[in-house]
Amino acid sequence: MRLTVRHQTSYTYSKPITYAIQTLRLSPRPYEGLNVIAWRVRGAARHELPSFIDGYGNLVHCHTVNHTHDSAIVTVEGEVETRATDGIIRGAEETLPPLFFLRTTRLTAVDPAIEDMAQSLPGAGFERLLALMHGVHARLAYTAGSTQSNTTAAEALKLGAGVCQDQAHLFIAAARALKVPARYVGGYLWAGSGDENQASHAWAEAYLPEFGWIGFDPTNRTQPGEAYIRASIGLDYWSAAPVRGVRRGEGEEALSVKVKVKDWAAQQQQQQQQ
Amino acid sequence: MPDTDTTPPAPVVAFDETGLPGECLPQYDLIRRWLDETPRDFIELKRREAELLFRRIGITFAVYSEGGNPERLIPFDIIPRVLDPAEWTMMSRGLTQRVKALNAFMRDIYHEREILHAGKIPAELVLHNDGFRPEMQGFDVPHDTYAHISGIDMVRVGPKEFFVLEDNCRTPSGVSYMLENREAMMRLFPDLYSRHRIAPVSHYPEELRDTLRSVAPPNCEGEPTIVLLTPGANNSAYYEHSFLADEMGIELVEGVDLVIDENIVYMRTTEGLRRVDVIYRRLDDDYLDPLTFLPDSLLGTPGLFNAYRSGNVTLANAVGTGIADDKAIYPFVPAMIKFYLGEEPILSNVPTYRCSEKDDLAYVLEHLDALVVKETRGSGGYGMLVGPHATNAERQMFAAKLKAKPYDYIAQPTLALSTCPTFVENGIAPRHVDLRPFVLSGKEIRIVPGGLTRVALRGGSLVVNSSQGGGTKDTWVLESVGDAEPHRR
Repeated sequence: MRLTVRHQTSYTYSKPITYAIQTLRLSPRPYEGLNVIAWRVRGAARHELPSFIDGYGNLVHCHTVNHTHDSAIVTVEGEVETRATDGIIRGAEETLPPLFFLRTTRLTAVDPAIEDMAQSLPGAGFERLLALMHGVHARLAYTAGSTQSNTTAAEALKLGAGVCQDQAHLFIAAARALKVPARYVGGYLWAGSGDENQASHAWAEAYLPEFGWIGFDPTNRTQPGEAYIRASIGLDYWSAAPVRGVRRGEGEEALSVKVKVKDWAAQQQQQQQQ
Repeated sequence: MPDTDTTPPAPVVAFDETGLPGECLPQYDLIRRWLDETPRDFIELKRREAELLFRRIGITFAVYSEGGNPERLIPFDIIPRVLDPAEWTMMSRGLTQRVKALNAFMRDIYHEREILHAGKIPAELVLHNDGFRPEMQGFDVPHDTYAHISGIDMVRVGPKEFFVLEDNCRTPSGVSYMLENREAMMRLFPDLYSRHRIAPVSHYPEELRDTLRSVAPPNCEGEPTIVLLTPGANNSAYYEHSFLADEMGIELVEGVDLVIDENIVYMRTTEGLRRVDVIYRRLDDDYLDPLTFLPDSLLGTPGLFNAYRSGNVTLANAVGTGIADDKAIYPFVPAMIKFYLGEEPILSNVPTYRCSEKDDLAYVLEHLDALVVKETRGSGGYGMLVGPHATNAERQMFAAKLKAKPYDYIAQPTLALSTCPTFVENGIAPRHVDLRPFVLSGKEIRIVPGGLTRVALRGGSLVVNSSQGGGTKDTWVLESVGDAEPHRR
């Protein structure tokens, strides 16, 4: 499936600020399930941003605005060809061994409630992870705005609500409690034609020796397929964060994010009809 | 692992640096005679002069566990600690070997991890260690050097028995004391000094500068701009930071003095922004960059790590060196030397019990009264138990900690650290000492002869850390033993 992405983030400040810097993990890298046709990340000056590959193998862009400004814009535009792989990640550049992804972090720390949840799952291997995916969906009702970016898996579980980030964290924490390596994935999701609710998304991957890394999307209770664009991985949200930024100045920030993921074929058709 | 037999703790009868009872090693001969001949009043006068000298220089060290004014003078003892040429030759060869292996280990651990595949070190011990920084995976640093400045703590228990007690590969401090102590000795006792042929140390800042220059990023053209990054005036080693920057003739900066633009590091100067190529940073990994590490750190510079990882600036020491000096990794350094260099270790490790191992833990709990227990991530002598000197209550408290978090602790036999004659309240008495030589690694390895000798001033105490009431001494490495020609400076 050919997907096109246009992701624009506009920042406006109530008072001019003197400096802003961001680390962006918004670019997919190829694997069997995805081929990058074109991709670019641009900043306020509309030039391509400097980039590097991080320790996890993510393509990272660095955006700085080093002068007084009251607005800034970051634009991601790209086109990819995806292929369904039953959620299995093959052919990706794996920089760190699965064992590393058993490491706990503050956001994915296991508390007794998570331990309990993990230990009471039925089955083994893949079956058990499927059960976990459904369990997370059932225990954490998707509620926009219910949590913050620094909410831990344990806090979200207690609250019984969260967003895709929290659901991914809970999945990861419980998987690791079962000694299954697990990691966080950030990216984009094509939610079907006509759906206005297009957005950035987060899900999880777990490692089973017989399959390698496999994706699980607790939010949508499915294995990531050709509608998914995998843009970053990490131990948790902090290491895989699509955007981490700091600014200098007193102004309040207002943020507007527009994400459009489109099916390229449908787009072509539409254009021909017009 | 050391054999877990149940030999009782050796009584702390320590080897004295001046020789076995009744003898005086040749390298201490002149000092012995000088101490015997010089009137006590004169020496007392000089001791007070020394204190004044250090107060005037303002050399202080913050002690975290004490309340009130954190700035305190580290006591300086005027009786030097002396090493003869053969001792130093052996030690410096051993240090070079060890630091080479530690750097090779870091290069490997952040790339192919051959040593883990070969089963020489348990993989979880590295991969699940906070000191292992995934951010460094796959990144090539100039000359494959990670620990540009290492402080290797050495102890001696017999005439020929030297041990490495721990490696410090993050931001080791203390070198300013080494330099100031020498300065003080030359000023206070010029006659005694000139009667020895002592290897100089005053070129350390130059050697450090050359080392830092040699690791400039490949894209740096011309003379690299080097700065020293400090956490600021509240840091316990701030004096040293400003001293070294001064001596090297480089800028002393804080995180806010640096700015990242388009992945390049600049420092703010009165003439505008100036590109920075090498940062001698005395700020821990966690605080370096809020965009990569602790998000709420205000001490670092946002975007610094990205610039580093893009090869636009060199950090010395590299990020992620904590994996090499972790006390849980320490027992494996001899294996690293064999694995990477194919050599037998020149310097010995102290036998170490890893409390994460069931058998070791059982042994440690049985023998708490004979062992020294340390936190794997601790430093500065904080959070440790010296079994033979601890109360029952303290030992019980530690036993509980060990059972709760065995992974966080190691234990070692209580070593009878060598003693050196030291001025105390009622005359001269032996006090336990250690030695921290500073090893510089860049394109090549350089070691200024000697290092910092730390001395436990309390009688019988084995804890030499300045944060725990230790003092320092000048360390003399002799170029030759015997009375120097009278006209030689």
